[in-house]
Amino acid sequence: METPKTITKNAFATALAVLILMLLVATPLFAPVYTTILLTGILMNMTIAVSWTLFSGPTGYISLASAAFFGVGIYTSAVLGMALPFPLVIVLGALVSGCLALLVGMLTLRLRGIYFVMFTFGLVELLLHFILWWELTITGTTGRVVPPMPNTTVFYVMLLILVTLVLTVSFIRRSRYGLALESVGENQEAAAHAGVNVTALKVIIYAVSALFMGAAGAVIATRWTYIDPKIAFNPLISFMPVLMAIFGGIRPLYGPIIGAAIFTYLEEFLITRFPYHYMLIFGIIMVVAILYMPNGLVGLAEGIWKRISRRTHADT
Amino acid sequence: MPILEAKGVTRYFGGLAAVSNVDFDLRQGEILGLIGPNGAGKTTLFNLISAVISPRSGSITFRDREIVGLKPHEICRMGVARTFQTVKVFSNMSALHNVLLGAYFGRQDRMATTDAVSEATALLEFVELAEATATPAKDLTLASQKRLEVARALATQPEVLLLDEMMEGLNPSEVVRAMSLVKRIQERGVTVVMIEHVMRAIMSVCDRIIVLHHGAKIAEGTPEEISANQEVVEVYFGERTDAANI
Repeated sequence: METPKTITKNAFATALAVLILMLLVATPLFAPVYTTILLTGILMNMTIAVSWTLFSGPTGYISLASAAFFGVGIYTSAVLGMALPFPLVIVLGALVSGCLALLVGMLTLRLRGIYFVMFTFGLVELLLHFILWWELTITGTTGRVVPPMPNTTVFYVMLLILVTLVLTVSFIRRSRYGLALESVGENQEAAAHAGVNVTALKVIIYAVSALFMGAAGAVIATRWTYIDPKIAFNPLISFMPVLMAIFGGIRPLYGPIIGAAIFTYLEEFLITRFPYHYMLIFGIIMVVAILYMPNGLVGLAEGIWKRISRRTHADT
Repeated sequence: MPILEAKGVTRYFGGLAAVSNVDFDLRQGEILGLIGPNGAGKTTLFNLISAVISPRSGSITFRDREIVGLKPHEICRMGVARTFQTVKVFSNMSALHNVLLGAYFGRQDRMATTDAVSEATALLEFVELAEATATPAKDLTLASQKRLEVARALATQPEVLLLDEMMEGLNPSEVVRAMSLVKRIQERGVTVVMIEHVMRAIMSVCDRIIVLHHGAKIAEGTPEEISANQEVVEVYFGERTDAANI
């Protein structure tokens, strides 16, 4: 049912994506180091926001466990970084995170609404305090040193993770499993009676989303050089993807990508220009965004576009 | 050999027996009506068959295989599909996608995308929703949403279809349309169990009727036998207000 119009639109989107990708690949070659570091941060937040939206977008389950999955990646990197090669560390960080999500998913995805939200948020605190306790009583240390990696390596690896994620998400969304996820968000009971193994689907997609958060954590840890449980399991990180996705728009795939980009840049801009009032300004922007852009930036842009095209039609 | 058989099925809600010691058998190819006053346990019986809840005791077999303890999606894939008393369509998904989901996931064998799409399109035509293919389910009328649910259930290629009050809330002409749909489903070779309050529909469409009252089966037989049964007339047809609607 693809009309010529949607085909040109898709071709245009693909061409634009490829162009941006090429620019990104070239960035470390000519841009200052600061730009590379800022872009790495943006790519990381995009990865977290898109993986969060993969599961929570269609199903409507608001997971606040992102910080846990991200943190597990960071800690895996810290524990194994000295012993194993970098690529293997990333894969293991992703896998440990994914396994944790499988376990958590099996335990909690039967919970609905606010109970699920509270549990996932509790998970971050649980891991934070468990590792804190472990370090204090068993290893007798606080925190760990992570073997550092060059800025450009981290940048390229993060870009690779994001590209893999975006391809995975668009593949899932176009497949029958994307349809199933949507149906689960609409009405779980009906989905089950139409033959969807609702529990397995939710748990697996939840784990896939955690996989990428873990990988992102394992990579970025090498730029932080020192981490401790409070840095790795910062509960605020759980809210980031939610806000970014709402800010950008949850439904289209590029919504959380745009949201993460602007959000991260805005944060950086405000922190450098207004170091004392940054949180205040940021808070006001968030409140205004949620009040006046319920469908995010993408929704706002679509609304304006519709109004413009209607006006031109009226003129002719 | 019955296609679906229940023996001594019992389920309590608190101290109340919602379904108590019910036996029934469903014969291949028939349309079986399930009637009874509100709270008689009809929907509970459907929920027991489709594994929304599990019975406290008793057994339910589909083609001689015990299905108690299976999950709803497993029962659907085995060949027992259902619709719901209050429609449960996927509101923001198009009619086609609603049906497509059943074709993708509700069958025993995996269906290729193109086959699934043509099957779903054909089913939308079968339930007279061909022109609504791209319409979001929430924009359809209640009668259309109910037919959409039927198409979604049929997409799972069921041998047995459980229809829960398909005609509730429909106007007289829609009821006639729904009745012919049930007949056409039977002609496809699907065995139908229907819960219904619209007596005219039940009496003219069903081959056999089971009457439930307070969770127990009180009568079973052809429509003629049921309408002549004294006990049934007392508990059910005795409600004058209902009779006025017939």
